[in-house]
Amino acid sequence: MASGESTRGERAPLLTMTGLRIEGQADEEWHEIVHGIDVVLHRGEVLGLIGESGAGKSTIGLAAMGYARPGCRLTGGDIVFDGIELRAASRGRQRLLRGARIAYVAQSAAAAFNPAHRLIDQFSEAPVHHRVKSRSAAEADARDLYGRLRLPEPETIGYRYPHQVSGGQLQRAMVAMAMACRPDLIVFDEPTTALDVTTQIEVLAAIKDVVRQFDTAAIYISHDLAVVAQMADRIMVLRHGNLVEEGTADSIVNRPEQDYTQRLLAVRTFRKPAAEPSAEEPLLRIEGISARYRRSARVLESIDLDIGRQRTVAIVGESGSGKSTLARVVTGLLPPEEGRLVFDGAVLAPALARRPRESLRRVQMIHQMPDTALNPRQRMREVVGRPLTFYSGLRGRKRTERVRELLQMVELEPDAFIDRYPGELSGGQKQRMCIARALAAEPDLIICDEVTSALDQLVAERVLQLLQRLQDDLGVSYMFITHDFATVRAISDEIVVMFQGRIVEQGARNEVLEPPHHAYTDLLLSSVPEMKIGWLDRTLARRGQGPGSDKEGPDRSAPPG
Amino acid sequence: MTHILIMVAQRLALGLLTLFAVSLIIFLGVELLPGDITQAILGQGATPETVAAFRRELKLDLPPHERYIAWLGGIVQGDLGQSLANKREITELMGVRLQNTLFLAFIAAVISIPLALGLGILAALYRNSLYDRAVNVFTLSSISFPEFFVAYILILVFAVHLGWFPSISNIGHELGFWERVYRTIMPALTLTLVVVAHMMRMTRAAIINLLASPYIEMATLKGLPRSRIIVRHALPNALAPIINVVVINLAYLIVGVVIVEVVFVYPGLGQLLIDAVRTRDIPVVQATGLVFAAAYILLNLSADVLSIMTNPRLLHPR
Repeated sequence: MASGESTRGERAPLLTMTGLRIEGQADEEWHEIVHGIDVVLHRGEVLGLIGESGAGKSTIGLAAMGYARPGCRLTGGDIVFDGIELRAASRGRQRLLRGARIAYVAQSAAAAFNPAHRLIDQFSEAPVHHRVKSRSAAEADARDLYGRLRLPEPETIGYRYPHQVSGGQLQRAMVAMAMACRPDLIVFDEPTTALDVTTQIEVLAAIKDVVRQFDTAAIYISHDLAVVAQMADRIMVLRHGNLVEEGTADSIVNRPEQDYTQRLLAVRTFRKPAAEPSAEEPLLRIEGISARYRRSARVLESIDLDIGRQRTVAIVGESGSGKSTLARVVTGLLPPEEGRLVFDGAVLAPALARRPRESLRRVQMIHQMPDTALNPRQRMREVVGRPLTFYSGLRGRKRTERVRELLQMVELEPDAFIDRYPGELSGGQKQRMCIARALAAEPDLIICDEVTSALDQLVAERVLQLLQRLQDDLGVSYMFITHDFATVRAISDEIVVMFQGRIVEQGARNEVLEPPHHAYTDLLLSSVPEMKIGWLDRTLARRGQGPGSDKEGPDRSAPPG
Repeated sequence: MTHILIMVAQRLALGLLTLFAVSLIIFLGVELLPGDITQAILGQGATPETVAAFRRELKLDLPPHERYIAWLGGIVQGDLGQSLANKREITELMGVRLQNTLFLAFIAAVISIPLALGLGILAALYRNSLYDRAVNVFTLSSISFPEFFVAYILILVFAVHLGWFPSISNIGHELGFWERVYRTIMPALTLTLVVVAHMMRMTRAAIINLLASPYIEMATLKGLPRSRIIVRHALPNALAPIINVVVINLAYLIVGVVIVEVVFVYPGLGQLLIDAVRTRDIPVVQATGLVFAAAYILLNLSADVLSIMTNPRLLHPR
């Protein structure tokens, strides 16, 4: 297939992977996780790989470098990069290509940079090792690329250690590092997934800019179709290691043929109906709360907000805005410096240890990472049963019966799940377990801290629907902490926008989401990628920035006016 | 830099506190020892009167807390007291012995630390290879044997059969440096065999532990050879646990030498300790114990400081 097609001109494709098969090891056995995928990539072309976790996107992306992670192995197919068969190539031959002609940009720059070395040392390593440039030429090139990627202080930023720069800057420094040898192909593996939306848009612009400037081909991997639609010329939709659909970005986004693609596109169409403003006394009043961690600067500054009965209040903001700290104050984990909490008409003790069991019962929490929030050595029977004994004194058969009811409530078949360990559940099922555990206390308020951000989009949507149904049935209130506007749109009654420990805007959902916005809300909202081709370019043009900008999100020194 | 100095000062203060606690434990422990120096010196036939008079002379008739306070007061002024057995100043008695023990520890460290790090790095590089297994088996079996056994095997091979080294390491000040090194080789080799396994295995484990890190994958995907990845990308981040194990073993080289010194009749602190216990020379036992404790605390302090120095987050704050 490499020879026949020449639709993109006379040149042969840069990369062809034919009938690619990859196996992964689980429980001492090898299972096929990529089932014969064909990939063709031409010079200067950007190919998007999209799918949920387990689709095999990263594995395929790494296979383009002839690399399989420990616990994976390439078992079938040909990988031909510029005439070189990578699977058959010796290790030495593969090393000559990696870093020099094919480079990799990882999801978490904070983890992919070696903490022990300065940025510029890590930049120079590949060009010096591959004898592309001398050390001093490489450093000069690094400063030039840092400037092109609009990093602040490009002359000196390279002499810092990774922990001394922010996440968004680090991600751009990694793009620079990948460009160091001017490779023909860069594999971008979810490069913006760990970033805030306002930072994401800057990094996307920077990537798009340099890829264009140097006519580099790229494989762009993401679970977010709206992001891929901005970056890719062509998109492959993957699921469970199979190709679902392939086409130009325009045709995938606007004319999807497969049911699965349509479902990915239609994600987050779920909307809670707008609620009437209620006059009754709120369930929780947060009055003038200020808080700080030991010896740090204040992280919360005079927070006032109400959470009504059977209401969902979404707390939105970027990392560092103080939303999780607010949750810690409400749960009593962090006693505030000033202010008080009034719960159902009575003042709550500031510290967890001072709260009676009854008020502990009425406020429950669901965490972001169900993996770490569940004890891996407890069966579901215990996970859900323990709060039943603790709060309601249920034991024996009565307790088991109640556990079964709760499992049914979160739509898990009791017989199949009651004796399972967390390790035997999928991500979505684990989060349902955490919901069941919170419900076991029969709380009035549940704090949901980024409960869907670790889940695939389709799974997240179903968890949101479940939470909504439970609110309708049981009348609980949610304090819903998230940085994801799609979630906010779906589930909130009221929205509170936080920035640097302060509330910058709050109100009913439609008031906040519809213009006119507060300046910071506007920046946040306009940075959320939309499922439209050309959205990124139009947004950047509207903001009056070239692609790439030296500012990263809003000005950090002063809260926006 | 100031925050590092503050941290060092804090650790130093904590170390002094520990040393104080140790002095109390040593004193109480020695109190509990059976036997009495008066009987040891005067013999079984001494009359109760002579024993009592001798005890008074040595101030052993005073209550324990008074003796402890007097002892501690002396230490603070740099006076460790006098040996009961031969009336010599303990500081003077221990000076040469301490130098000898440190010399032995130094020679053993010079051999064992580079050897252990080198073997460990190679074992990580060729993980699960025949070399890796062989090194593991050899070093593990060398610590599994008791020290005196290893020592006697070495004597049998190198002193008796081959005749390369002396079986008695009797060193003195009159000897030249190289002659002292030559006579110290056998005990140093024994100690090396005892400590190398621990350090080598920690080096290997600390490096391998990091090989799954994303930055190691990134280095692989930059096309770097494995040796460079291990030495330049894994090792610097593995230093903190390695330093800790190296220091614990260094401390062992100083305080754990008793048996080895006895086997090779090496005139170090360990020998002194054994002799003092034998003659119930309590001040010497206490002083040696305290010096061992101080060495241990000081080395662990330096391990803490070195670990901090290898952590860029602490060395280069934001």
